[in-house]
Amino acid sequence: MVEGAAAVATFTRPLHRLRRSPSPASRGRIRAPIALLFFAMLGGAALAVTPDEILKDPALEARARALSEELRCMVCQNQSIDDSDARLAHDIRVLLRERLAAGDSDGEVIDYLVARYGEFILLKPRFNWHTAVLWAAPPAVLVLGGLLAFGLFRRARAGDSVALSADEKARVEELMARRE
Amino acid sequence: MIAELGHFALVLALALAAVQSVVPLWGALDREPRLMAVAPPAAIAQFLFTGLAFAALVHAYVTSDFSLLNVVENSHSSKPLLYKITGVWGNHEGSMLLWVLILTLFGALVAAFGRNLPDRLRALVLAVQGWIASAFFLFILLTSNPFIRLSPAPAEGNDLNPVLQDIGLAIHPPLLYLGYVGCSISFAFAVAALIDGRIDAAWARWVRPWTLAAWIFLTLGIAMGSYWAYYELGWGGFWFWDPVENASLMPWLIATALLHSAIVMEKRNALKVWTVLLAILAFSFSLIGTFLVRSGVLTSVHAFASDPTRGIFILVILCLFIGGALSLFAFRASTLTPGGIFAPVSREGALVLNNLFLTAAAATVVVGTLYPLALEALTGTRISVGAPFFNLTFGPLMVPLLMLVPFGPMLAWKRGDIAAAAERLMAAFGIALVAAAAAAFAMGATDILALAGIALAAWLMAGALSETAFRIKLFQAPLAESFRRFVGLPRSALGTALAHFGLGVTMLGLVAATSWSSEDILTMKPGESVTVGGYQVTLEGFIPRPGPNYEEIAVRFLVRDGGVTVRTMEASKRNFATRATSTTEAAIATFWPSQVYISLGDIATDGATTVRLYWKSLATLIWLGAIVMALGGALSLSDRRLRVGAPRPARKLAAVPAE
Repeated sequence: MVEGAAAVATFTRPLHRLRRSPSPASRGRIRAPIALLFFAMLGGAALAVTPDEILKDPALEARARALSEELRCMVCQNQSIDDSDARLAHDIRVLLRERLAAGDSDGEVIDYLVARYGEFILLKPRFNWHTAVLWAAPPAVLVLGGLLAFGLFRRARAGDSVALSADEKARVEELMARRE
Repeated sequence: MIAELGHFALVLALALAAVQSVVPLWGALDREPRLMAVAPPAAIAQFLFTGLAFAALVHAYVTSDFSLLNVVENSHSSKPLLYKITGVWGNHEGSMLLWVLILTLFGALVAAFGRNLPDRLRALVLAVQGWIASAFFLFILLTSNPFIRLSPAPAEGNDLNPVLQDIGLAIHPPLLYLGYVGCSISFAFAVAALIDGRIDAAWARWVRPWTLAAWIFLTLGIAMGSYWAYYELGWGGFWFWDPVENASLMPWLIATALLHSAIVMEKRNALKVWTVLLAILAFSFSLIGTFLVRSGVLTSVHAFASDPTRGIFILVILCLFIGGALSLFAFRASTLTPGGIFAPVSREGALVLNNLFLTAAAATVVVGTLYPLALEALTGTRISVGAPFFNLTFGPLMVPLLMLVPFGPMLAWKRGDIAAAAERLMAAFGIALVAAAAAAFAMGATDILALAGIALAAWLMAGALSETAFRIKLFQAPLAESFRRFVGLPRSALGTALAHFGLGVTMLGLVAATSWSSEDILTMKPGESVTVGGYQVTLEGFIPRPGPNYEEIAVRFLVRDGGVTVRTMEASKRNFATRATSTTEAAIATFWPSQVYISLGDIATDGATTVRLYWKSLATLIWLGAIVMALGGALSLSDRRLRVGAPRPARKLAAVPAE
């Protein structure tokens, strides 16, 4: 989105000139190529995947898109390379497509990128000793909570029977005896 | 001068907060009514002074007073008035001031509307509010003072980040903060009750409206944030599992759990310990969220380590409040007597399951968000935890929860009849199957997961309707009788059904938008057309034009349906000279409930531009569902039994079997 402030800065001057353009009437609906020129090189292009990156083979391209959603743009804040318009994201997208076109499997591409950029590139970390807690936490909380809830029901049931077996039982019998 | 008044008002508010922290607590422990009576006026005055400070900052922004550092850094004289005002909270210092403003607002509301509370409880609640307020006033005055002067004053400011110059900034942060900070009331009630040592069904009745109000704002705030990201960020996503988003989702999940467990406590006097714990946790996660967003720890653990003043300060507040409350909880929880007994298959049992899944989901979000930070801080190893992780862990926890939702309200308290409930839900089950079949017919049966999602969404919606239908004996009794019952239904029951229905609507939007949206990335020249979701979209031309504080080039598209122009869309690229940055504004046209979404890429010198065109299938339902959920909450809040300050509940005429 907002990117390359320095790159944009160089184009602010022509823009000022544009604003002070001597013919204000022409501002309205002209399709002036000269105006386009200034905007053409502006940073902050919102497009991540650009048309020239897209592979001819739709099946291969679909695989590339699916893979790039799992990979982090490492210079961005929590963006996948699929979403990011950063230079690095572009480079990795191209690299990824080159590997796929060369016949690599999805796993091979991932291994290749991890070997090159480290595990940091994976948005879904692999299971190993330093991610064990991360992966184990959700099921662990569920199981632990489930056990607690189970205990709650059991205690409730135990409480039920206790309430019936104590003094009340004698009282019930007494009442029953009196009724007869 | 006005800025100094604002600064001074803030100091006075701190002094009042300090008084409010100590005197009512003393009074409550000593059972001295005169000391306890200090709390309400202190809370109201505190709110007024904070309001004064906030107004002073708004004044500085509106008048572009560039002798204030905060204004210089975040404003510009040519900025439109709306963004001058919203810019007040578009930065760290100002947003913290908004945070305490809302905190003191809630304190004042408790003071003003808490007349039906026992004096002791009200004094204690306000004392706890006073602690929180004191901590954050100190934080603002010591580390984040927005009233710092600059000399010599520059002639012009640096302007607000263009991405934030949007109506979204006017709506999203205030709503979210109302939700975040609203959780502080439930927290204060929990801590007060622990100090007092008395927690009963009445406590739950007092806490629930506050929790419900906070939940409504949180729901709307999150939905609004999601829509803002959707249209502003330009790549059409609506949830990114970004830590900042997760920070708002954590308290939402816990507040949702709290809402449900408080019902059990109110009706059956059970789950007391657990409800109190949830009340503490909901605000704890709000604080953790504030820490994550405000300390800079997210940008980089290293950036945080190099300038840790603010981060450490919030971290200390965090540890004091969360640690203190949890210690108090551990110390006092055993004194709370267990309440009503219930069978596993019962309304209570269903609500326990709801709490189980919601808590596990919240734990997943917490761990996923904090784990990479902790791992890097402890070992230096950097890992990424992003959307694929959360989809894999959070999703499976939500599915069983959503499947169980329609059962809950159908089960009786204490001991429910699952077979009877299932029988009443047969129609809903049938509707779910029909919906999935219809989707398969319309969209193809290739994506089984998507069809299951459609069935689940239909199940939720039809389940919510079945519940109401069952309660009013629709088709079982004469229509007039059903109508009479419908009018007599407690609003809280209708609110529940509406909120659950909204959940289904959101689910439908999520499933359709992720499964059946299309995306085209191509280069277009004026006159060229492409088909998006059955419509022909033609690039008409480029329109360079000036905006209030930017230059933009708009690209106009015509949308045709069978040759007839039905819509004109304009996407644009804006250049903000003051910040030397540019933004891209997406064009969105709603073909209810789906949308055409156009985002621009580079515009080449030869007059061609790269364009991303999306068909967002049923996308509007995602946010519409959230609004329906919030409306359900509001309806429930308007129930006289829950209303703050309402007298003892009068039994409704139409006794509802499940109540």
